[in-house]
Amino acid sequence: MEPLLAVKDLRAYYKTELYGISRTVRAVDGVTFDLYPNEIYGIAGESSCGKTTLIKVISGNIRNPLKIQSGSVHFKAGDIDRDMLTMSADEMRTMMRWKRISYVMQGSMSVLNPVRRIIRTFQDIVSTHRGIKDRKLFLDETTAHVRRLGLPSEVLHSFPHQLSGGMRQRVAIAMATIFEPNLIIADEPTTALDVVVQRGVLQMLKEIQQQSGNTVLLVTHDMAVHANVADRVMIMYAGRIMEEAATETIFQAPRHPYTQHLISSLPSIGERRQRAALPGSPPNLSDPPEGCRFHLRCPVAIDICKTVVPAMRVLPDRHRVACHLVEGPTETPQEQPDATMTESDAAVTTQEVR
Amino acid sequence: MTEPTNGRAASRSDQEVGLVIQGEPGEKPLFELDHVVVAFQIGSLLAQSKLIAVNDVSMTLYASRPEIFTLAGESGSGKTTMSRLLLGDLEPTSGEVMFQGRPIRDVIKGAGRKRFMSEVQPVFQNPFETFNPLRRVEEYLFDTAVNFGVAKNRKEAADVADRALKSVGLSLGEVAKRYPHELSGGQIQRVSVARALIPNPKIIVADEPVSMVDASLRMEIVNLFRKLRDDERVSVIYITHDLATAYYVSDRIAIMLRGFVVEAGPVEEVLVHPLHPYSVLLKESVPEPAPQNKEAWTTHITLGATEVREFARAGCKFASRCPKVMDICRQADPPDFRVGARAVKCYLYDPALHIEAAPITGVGTARVQMDALLEKGEPSPAVTPEKEDVA
Amino acid sequence: MLKVIKDMLRFDTRFRIAFILLSLIAIMVLLSFVSPYSPDKTFEVAMDSPPSVEHPFGTTSRGQDLFWWMTYAVGNSLLLGVIAAVISRFIALAVGLTAGYRGGWVDRVLMAINDSFVVMPLLPILILLSFLIRGSLTVYTLAIILGLFGWPWDARLIRSQVLSLKERSFSRTAVYSGASSWRISVNEHLPFVLPVVFATTINNMLWSIGMEVTLSVLGLSDLSRPTLGTSLFWANQHGALVAGIWWWIGAPVLIAVILFIGLYLLMTSLNDFIDPRTRLRLMGA
Repeated sequence: MEPLLAVKDLRAYYKTELYGISRTVRAVDGVTFDLYPNEIYGIAGESSCGKTTLIKVISGNIRNPLKIQSGSVHFKAGDIDRDMLTMSADEMRTMMRWKRISYVMQGSMSVLNPVRRIIRTFQDIVSTHRGIKDRKLFLDETTAHVRRLGLPSEVLHSFPHQLSGGMRQRVAIAMATIFEPNLIIADEPTTALDVVVQRGVLQMLKEIQQQSGNTVLLVTHDMAVHANVADRVMIMYAGRIMEEAATETIFQAPRHPYTQHLISSLPSIGERRQRAALPGSPPNLSDPPEGCRFHLRCPVAIDICKTVVPAMRVLPDRHRVACHLVEGPTETPQEQPDATMTESDAAVTTQEVR
Repeated sequence: MTEPTNGRAASRSDQEVGLVIQGEPGEKPLFELDHVVVAFQIGSLLAQSKLIAVNDVSMTLYASRPEIFTLAGESGSGKTTMSRLLLGDLEPTSGEVMFQGRPIRDVIKGAGRKRFMSEVQPVFQNPFETFNPLRRVEEYLFDTAVNFGVAKNRKEAADVADRALKSVGLSLGEVAKRYPHELSGGQIQRVSVARALIPNPKIIVADEPVSMVDASLRMEIVNLFRKLRDDERVSVIYITHDLATAYYVSDRIAIMLRGFVVEAGPVEEVLVHPLHPYSVLLKESVPEPAPQNKEAWTTHITLGATEVREFARAGCKFASRCPKVMDICRQADPPDFRVGARAVKCYLYDPALHIEAAPITGVGTARVQMDALLEKGEPSPAVTPEKEDVA
Repeated sequence: MLKVIKDMLRFDTRFRIAFILLSLIAIMVLLSFVSPYSPDKTFEVAMDSPPSVEHPFGTTSRGQDLFWWMTYAVGNSLLLGVIAAVISRFIALAVGLTAGYRGGWVDRVLMAINDSFVVMPLLPILILLSFLIRGSLTVYTLAIILGLFGWPWDARLIRSQVLSLKERSFSRTAVYSGASSWRISVNEHLPFVLPVVFATTINNMLWSIGMEVTLSVLGLSDLSRPTLGTSLFWANQHGALVAGIWWWIGAPVLIAVILFIGLYLLMTSLNDFIDPRTRLRLMGA
């Protein structure tokens, strides 16, 4: 099966220059993975692991100071077969957004216009991207769509502030699916919501995915959510992928030390076993450590981890791990170790303070 | 790893039910809430209505029995209002909140306020708002030390700060001269706890201290609370919606819904064998890291009607979503019924009704006619169980 | 400090222009100390001569060299602006911080006073005052009066900032660190309020200078001291435009424009720099 979205060796940095101080944050630094049709793919990681930047690139939201350093994001579905990074802003807007890829964010207020009723926001989206020829037909179809997702039709005539947080988030999901896109990106969609409401929102996402067979890219730091919703999970740390595998494998047989810590530190009701915290904190991405980015906090780091970036090993059942301690065939092409930075990399210096 | 001592005191006597416990003979409780009600007027001049944020809550907490006491609930449950009551920021509409035997409003008059603050300290939810982004975090530690008389000058304050930071697993060297954005969320919360410990308080009120901290860093903070209870004999009132960490760390727990404490008691009982249907729903909705039945968690759940409606309704606030609802549930607020060391506000446990104990399953999976609810106002919802799931 | 200025000069065009313009003004003010002509003496030089090498701004109908007279005028106008701005900043800060933090009746009383000042029609009052105290309306008196009237808008601005700052968690942390209200206002809130204060300082200076010009043109201020306004007054008195003595109007207007633009650019560029968000970005947040 051909991947829906193939991300190859993506590097995306934030480059700021303020009063003579240059700063480069290497937020996504060599990420390669594939998304396939009809799956829920989870991205897990702590804050400042680069997942938000990764999402921005995939959804075409690349604005200063974010700059693509290298890599490709290849989208293939229907009549589109292109590297999204080569698309112009116009092409992204007319071809891709809402129709092929849609984006549900944390905090639905970014997509819901606070001074307009929900139905009007729907209208704005549909008329911009497809045009409304028959008002009544549009209204009927929208109402049917919303009810099919389990929402009362009354929400269409409400203002956003009249709805609860969970309801707003589900409305945002309804908007994101109005054109039945191939890929729905959900970025921490339930982080600010209560646990029962969270269950309802995620249930809705899962139903949508099952009914239309599209792909959901779910980004959240909450591992337990991934355990219950995702088919495959990818663990990101400090701008790189540490491990990627089917959900059961990640939770029952993780190979990367970081993943192992993440899993073992999850509390659950009924278990009072003392859990250790991981010492230290995620690195500053404007000055990341050499070699494996995790080595400073890794309980089993060895010498090579300090200087050489571990290549991605491929294990059976589509299990990938980036760790020197794991044996297995490495992916081609080989990743460039930090030691041999190219000319252009060297020009991207960090913290040039006068 | 061995089972840690958790310092949990088992119920001491038959009189201890739910949240009201006993201390040493003659000891005045550190905190005592006596039928506290907090009501707000909301709405505009012409259309006012009453919102009862805290509805008839009673509890006691003793210094001789340091514990971690959890107030759990979703948004709108009243837990934030409770934290404000305990910190003295709010006065109850009726009932009394007493600190060491005296009403809080008397305690915090004038100079008493500082004395109160030296005993009761907060930890806030958002680590990046807890400290002024334009000030170095160590300044707060020094200020606290000097203002509460723990240090006489800056040099002494530095020592005090260092000791406090070491007790939370950091050191002054690590955080010196740093601004909040230079530290991680977990580190800031630890500094926040260190600051709170400087005046040697008896109790820390932590309002959602880990909800904005990354999952992998949460254990630092939560383990710290255990250490405070066991080594420093400091009690912690832990306010959260995260039942998993609540289970891991607390001794007693009170589950709140729309201002009512619907179930309260030792955490081992309440969270492992919940009795109130809402507690069951909460527990079932917590995503388990090793789910036995992945499908069950994402199968159909109904979300409650708008919050204000649930507040305004008479009777049990869970009635509209409860699979075991009875007529009486909608007529009168259920009082506390005693089950072992627990207090449960549910008519299912009314001894006068003689209802046979049966496992509560499929909470929240009954499909309620939402449109009917919203359109008609207060109808009897037609409850048609759609998918009966076994938890 | 020096490094800040050097950085700003290199990277902020506005600051560079402001620096140049205000340097010109500063030079003029400094030159007033070495002026060969006294501003009080009249009929010292040939009257009504157009700008030349000897008299760069020409001469006036009162026989004064306009350039050297203007050096005093600029200095006095600036002085007035600074005094008025400083006085009104202190009052605005005191009122804004207190009303915002205390709330309750203190807030209500202060804001009532504030709003009364806002609705007062200032120009007629100043005109009235100038009639009443004609003799003693010196540049300094006028500056003080303008300072006493120039604070209300800004006090309210500061107050609303404080209101929102009060709700943020770090204000509560400060309370629980045992800090007094005063300390909280100064240590926690002031750094956020300062950009507002700064922007409004320059604004206030411009306003005060403008007020002075208005009053002087109407002949209601101390006409014996040279200021931007009195230069226009004298020019009008002698019908300069009608008589074709354009430089008598042109020079003060040109200086005023340079001063105003310079101050404005300084305000916007420094404001960006002082803004807490910029400071945070510089620190690497």
